[in-house]
Amino acid sequence: MRYLEEFRDAELVKNVLSKINHTVKHHWVIMEICGGQTHSIMQHGIDQLLPENIELVHGPGCPVCVTSLELVDKALAIASRPNVIFCSFGDMLRVPGSHGDLFSVKAAGGQVRIVYSPLDAVKIAQQNPEKEVVFFAIGFETTAPANAMSVLYAESLGLQNYSMLVSHVTVPPAMHAILGSTNNRVQGFLAAGHVCSVMGYHQYHAISQKFQIPIVVTGFEPLDLLNGILMTVELLESGTPRVQNAYSRVVSEAGNIPAQAMIKRVFQDCDRNWRGIGFIPQSGWELRPEYHFFDAEKRFEVEQIQTRESDICISGQILQGIRKPPQCPAFGNVCTPQNPLGATMVSSEGTCAAYYRYARIDMEG
Amino acid sequence: MNDVSLPNMQGPVCPLPVKSYDHIVMGHGSGGKMTHDLIQQYFVPNFANSALLAGNDFAQITSQQSGKIVVSTDAHIVSPLFFPGGDIGRLAVSGTVNDLAMSGGIPLGLTASFILEEGLPISTLEKIIVSMAATAQEAGVPIVAGDTKVVEKGKADGIFISTSGVAWVPDYLNIGGACAQPGDAVIISGTLGDHGIAVLSARGELGLETAIHSDVAPLNHLIQNIVEHSKNVHVLRDPTRGGLATTLNEIAIQSQVGIILDEKSIPINPIVGATCEMLGFDPLYVANEGKVIVIVPNHEVDEVLNGMRSQKYGTNAVVIGHVESAPSGRVLLRTTIGGTRLLDVMSGEMLPRIC
Repeated sequence: MRYLEEFRDAELVKNVLSKINHTVKHHWVIMEICGGQTHSIMQHGIDQLLPENIELVHGPGCPVCVTSLELVDKALAIASRPNVIFCSFGDMLRVPGSHGDLFSVKAAGGQVRIVYSPLDAVKIAQQNPEKEVVFFAIGFETTAPANAMSVLYAESLGLQNYSMLVSHVTVPPAMHAILGSTNNRVQGFLAAGHVCSVMGYHQYHAISQKFQIPIVVTGFEPLDLLNGILMTVELLESGTPRVQNAYSRVVSEAGNIPAQAMIKRVFQDCDRNWRGIGFIPQSGWELRPEYHFFDAEKRFEVEQIQTRESDICISGQILQGIRKPPQCPAFGNVCTPQNPLGATMVSSEGTCAAYYRYARIDMEG
Repeated sequence: MNDVSLPNMQGPVCPLPVKSYDHIVMGHGSGGKMTHDLIQQYFVPNFANSALLAGNDFAQITSQQSGKIVVSTDAHIVSPLFFPGGDIGRLAVSGTVNDLAMSGGIPLGLTASFILEEGLPISTLEKIIVSMAATAQEAGVPIVAGDTKVVEKGKADGIFISTSGVAWVPDYLNIGGACAQPGDAVIISGTLGDHGIAVLSARGELGLETAIHSDVAPLNHLIQNIVEHSKNVHVLRDPTRGGLATTLNEIAIQSQVGIILDEKSIPINPIVGATCEMLGFDPLYVANEGKVIVIVPNHEVDEVLNGMRSQKYGTNAVVIGHVESAPSGRVLLRTTIGGTRLLDVMSGEMLPRIC
């Protein structure tokens, strides 16, 4: 596979590892923001190859995990309606709400469909004019342009039966929240490469300066990750808190301008509740008033929702990098991917799921 | 009473029954003449063999030699019914032939039950039957008995096929999931994930077309070749649903051993690899329908591999790992970059990721 195998080359990996070993002098706590990075780290066993002085903690960058319980419950309520076809990315189907998940809604007769793109949901709306088609628009800055495009496309087709349940969240406010927390342990960030491919990384300079912390834009393959870690360690050891780009084959400082314009046209900033973390002001996007016609929350009157989280689950602390999955009493026994207590055990990007899937052997000794 | 007028009838008033249908109707499952005609017209000529032609409620098959008889059964549902490289008919025959062959024995005969949905085009049924007959012939295993039922439209997905079979296993063979031993080598007969990706892309939901063909095939000739080259085959198993990773975990648990795989050596078609990367799938969990995992003592590896590579369905056979005493019941993967990680069983359905 071109452009992938080159970044998994065992010899080059060894080279970068030896540079990291050579550079690191102190103990550093580095957070990778994105759940995709967490999984890549576990999938390739990168954590085991790093020197002990580098501690990787895993960030909140899994959109499935941080989607608020209230919105998941709303999704379940809307998807249960007889005239609704509810479209979602596959990951979202197993996320537990207060009572059940989208799979159980489907089994009970609800029309829940997995789509790969929001534009597929628009197509379904076109083909089923007698049904209400709702797309669960979750995700960070990465999925926002396509979701915005689906609204514009549905509008251009004059579709009356398409709407989105929007749960967009954005990365920089979450970084602010983590760094501003009294429990914070993070000393350096690997910024999420794909988020930066859309948004650029100009907005990270202010965070880096304010909190005096290095931020390195990092990709997802083993060499990308190790290069990101190397650059972060170099900045930490030399005491230079600034932003660098270790993923320049994909990311530019300015990002993808047309995609940003599309986002701006359809969405505006809003406050969001992050599952497990809590309320973060101005940390997400909602539809602008001129697109309220496409807002599923406005279209469907959903009764007051009483949410109920597990008492044992520590996913909030895991999402903030304060604790790790093996420190949870439920991990691997009460809480498994088949029977998840919290969203971090569900998604292919969730930290607990990554530990359960790839690293459980270490914990068994 | 002389002016009784009779209706002006130009032909018989009672409509004649439609004699032939283009589609399956409920009557095809009545057990009466329509069922009989369907069987005589489509099933019998294609599956013709003496046991079937005897026309009994049972089929008699004989095995001359002493040994063990093994039995297996498998239900087949697939959407779409036809996909690159195969169809539900080839799948139904190969599925049970392969399950039987994993004993190391010789499959003697199959039975097939069909659940047909009202409205299924008869031409579709015929294509499937012809494919089953061709696959059975390739395997050299007759379909000796069958049954057909019809359900109302909407109560099935076109056609479901359930096949069962028996095989004869010589006494000296003792092959099974609990027989892997430390020091054994793990061989795979070829590339992984082809069937799952072929079916997935044939559904047309991914917005992508691949040049991947399903690997669905009867493996009994390949298996015979393996047991001829090694008298000490410990495990034979086909990694179907759940893929290589799930099947190896079953073996590790049954045999109470650890299985260590070398990621670099696992054969994956680049198109399958790229498709999985895009969708967030792991090819080690994707279904195969024409592959076999072979676990043999290390000293017999060369001979087994040479034999396998001489066979149509084993040309890409390769060693992908080995068996150790620990960690018991676990499968570990040595990654291409030198890390080690757990290769767990698949939990539930594989879900495409978000971004």
